[in-house]
Amino acid sequence: MIAPMHAPLQEVAAAQLPTRAGVGLKPAHYAAIIENEPEIGFFEVHAENYMGAGGPPHRNLTYIRERYALSLHGVGLSIGADRPLDRAHLSRLHQLILRYQPASFSEHLAWSTHDGGFFNDLLPLPYHGATLRRVCAHIDEVQDRLGCRMLLENPSTYLRFAESTWSETDFITEIVRRTHCGLLLDVNNVHVSATNQQTDARAYIAAFPLAHVAEIHLAGHNLEADELGRPLLIDTHDRAVDAAVWHLYGEVIERTGAVATLIERDADIPSWDVLFAEACQAEAIMADHAKRGARHARHG
Amino acid sequence: MPATAESGLPAPPLHERQRAFADAILNPALAAPAGLLGPDGVASAHRFGVYRNNVVMGLIHLLEDKFPAVLRLVGTPFFQAMAQAFVLSCPPQSPILLQYGGQFPDFIARFTPARELPYLADVARIEQAYLEAYHAEDADALDPSAFLAIAPQDFDRLHLQLHPSVQVLSCTGPALRIWQMNVGDEPLQPVDLGEAQCVLVSRPEALVELREIQGSSEVFISSLLDQASVVTALQRALAADPEFDLSANLAGLLEAQCIVGFGFAPPDVKRNDP
Repeated sequence: MIAPMHAPLQEVAAAQLPTRAGVGLKPAHYAAIIENEPEIGFFEVHAENYMGAGGPPHRNLTYIRERYALSLHGVGLSIGADRPLDRAHLSRLHQLILRYQPASFSEHLAWSTHDGGFFNDLLPLPYHGATLRRVCAHIDEVQDRLGCRMLLENPSTYLRFAESTWSETDFITEIVRRTHCGLLLDVNNVHVSATNQQTDARAYIAAFPLAHVAEIHLAGHNLEADELGRPLLIDTHDRAVDAAVWHLYGEVIERTGAVATLIERDADIPSWDVLFAEACQAEAIMADHAKRGARHARHG
Repeated sequence: MPATAESGLPAPPLHERQRAFADAILNPALAAPAGLLGPDGVASAHRFGVYRNNVVMGLIHLLEDKFPAVLRLVGTPFFQAMAQAFVLSCPPQSPILLQYGGQFPDFIARFTPARELPYLADVARIEQAYLEAYHAEDADALDPSAFLAIAPQDFDRLHLQLHPSVQVLSCTGPALRIWQMNVGDEPLQPVDLGEAQCVLVSRPEALVELREIQGSSEVFISSLLDQASVVTALQRALAADPEFDLSANLAGLLEAQCIVGFGFAPPDVKRNDP
């Protein structure tokens, strides 16, 4: 018997986020969440923020995890770097997964490690055969080590590489085919990258392998201009989700049905109620789609 | 399906591409790497600058959040210039940014433009110790009654295990007072720069606690942290101050929930037991 190229991956407990809206968990909101226990689908944390030894972050996350589904979102694995993955970092991620049993683990199509250390940013990749093989080898290693399927997130980009031979959507589709990873579709990143490259965000969504999307991210961005006066959107996560991104999200939900959807906010953190209202807006869009789908089914 | 590269040239090796990208991020004097294009195929230095800015300003803002009293003492323009010099010379070595900035206090101590504020590095050390205590491993404080089980003849072999969050700092000026006044814990008032303060930092439960302690207490606790026995720590503390009060210091550590265990070192082989 020929062994399959990929052994079936062992899934983490309850290996799927609820198809509802969630919010990025911020220390400023620990008290409000613990006091009010809001009706929300899930919380997401940056894995690296819970790699301290102990203290209030772990106490609060333990309490919240006992009551909500959790998405673990890595920002430091540097999957796109042309250097070996940091094995110690993979072990730390594994420990967190064992401890908190998240419903999902996700990382980025980006790189951040270099000879001098580590960058606190998600840097872009050229899309060609060599980078494809490198990224796929890293995703295989991550999924083997963590014992679960990971979700890969599409980047926001400000420029592109002259040497790229694949479109981003083809590149991602091929990664999914080779590694069987899932996808995290960041709709704000789609809008930001499409605006910055003056391409069509709808064409991107149409070419994206939506069947593999297990989570969606929504966030705010800032409008600037480059030296030639061309619009340049910066993926700042410091404000409410833009109307254009809400609209694009609605179109994605039309195609996918309800998908776990995260409101991301990493700077200028507003009160809990403001973020919760954005999560409710995402749930309303999903509910509206489901209602129309049901009507369709009755009359169709 | 893959197409031909826009440049028509073979792709440069990825590791070279990433090294050039990384070098240009950390060295503002370097031009943006070639072949990074905007929508019309024209190279754009401004777009590359977004990545440079995300990295450098991102780390500067991280340091602003971690060192709020230092920021208040020197103001935003000075802090950002000092932080930028630190970021470019000491970029993060780990993806765990919770740990970034541990060398910032020592950098401030060497930063010539800050020399007029001799207490600044000590205030930064307090803020760094605060953060380390916040994220330190959890441990349950020892019930004081457990001490009753120690036989008097075992006391000279007694070692104390302190809570993982415990640190002591010996400052050259009134750094704790200055810190308290600049994080809003105390009203602003004149300080005596000649007053050297020692600080005990701990986090027995959810909250980080900072206490001023005597210089001899600093010697005593730092000896315990260095694995010295209570007797050795006592001898060092008495050398610093002949008035050092052992029982008051032990009671203080217990009350502050800083002791989590005790044990007995093997007997000293050179000692002449009767």
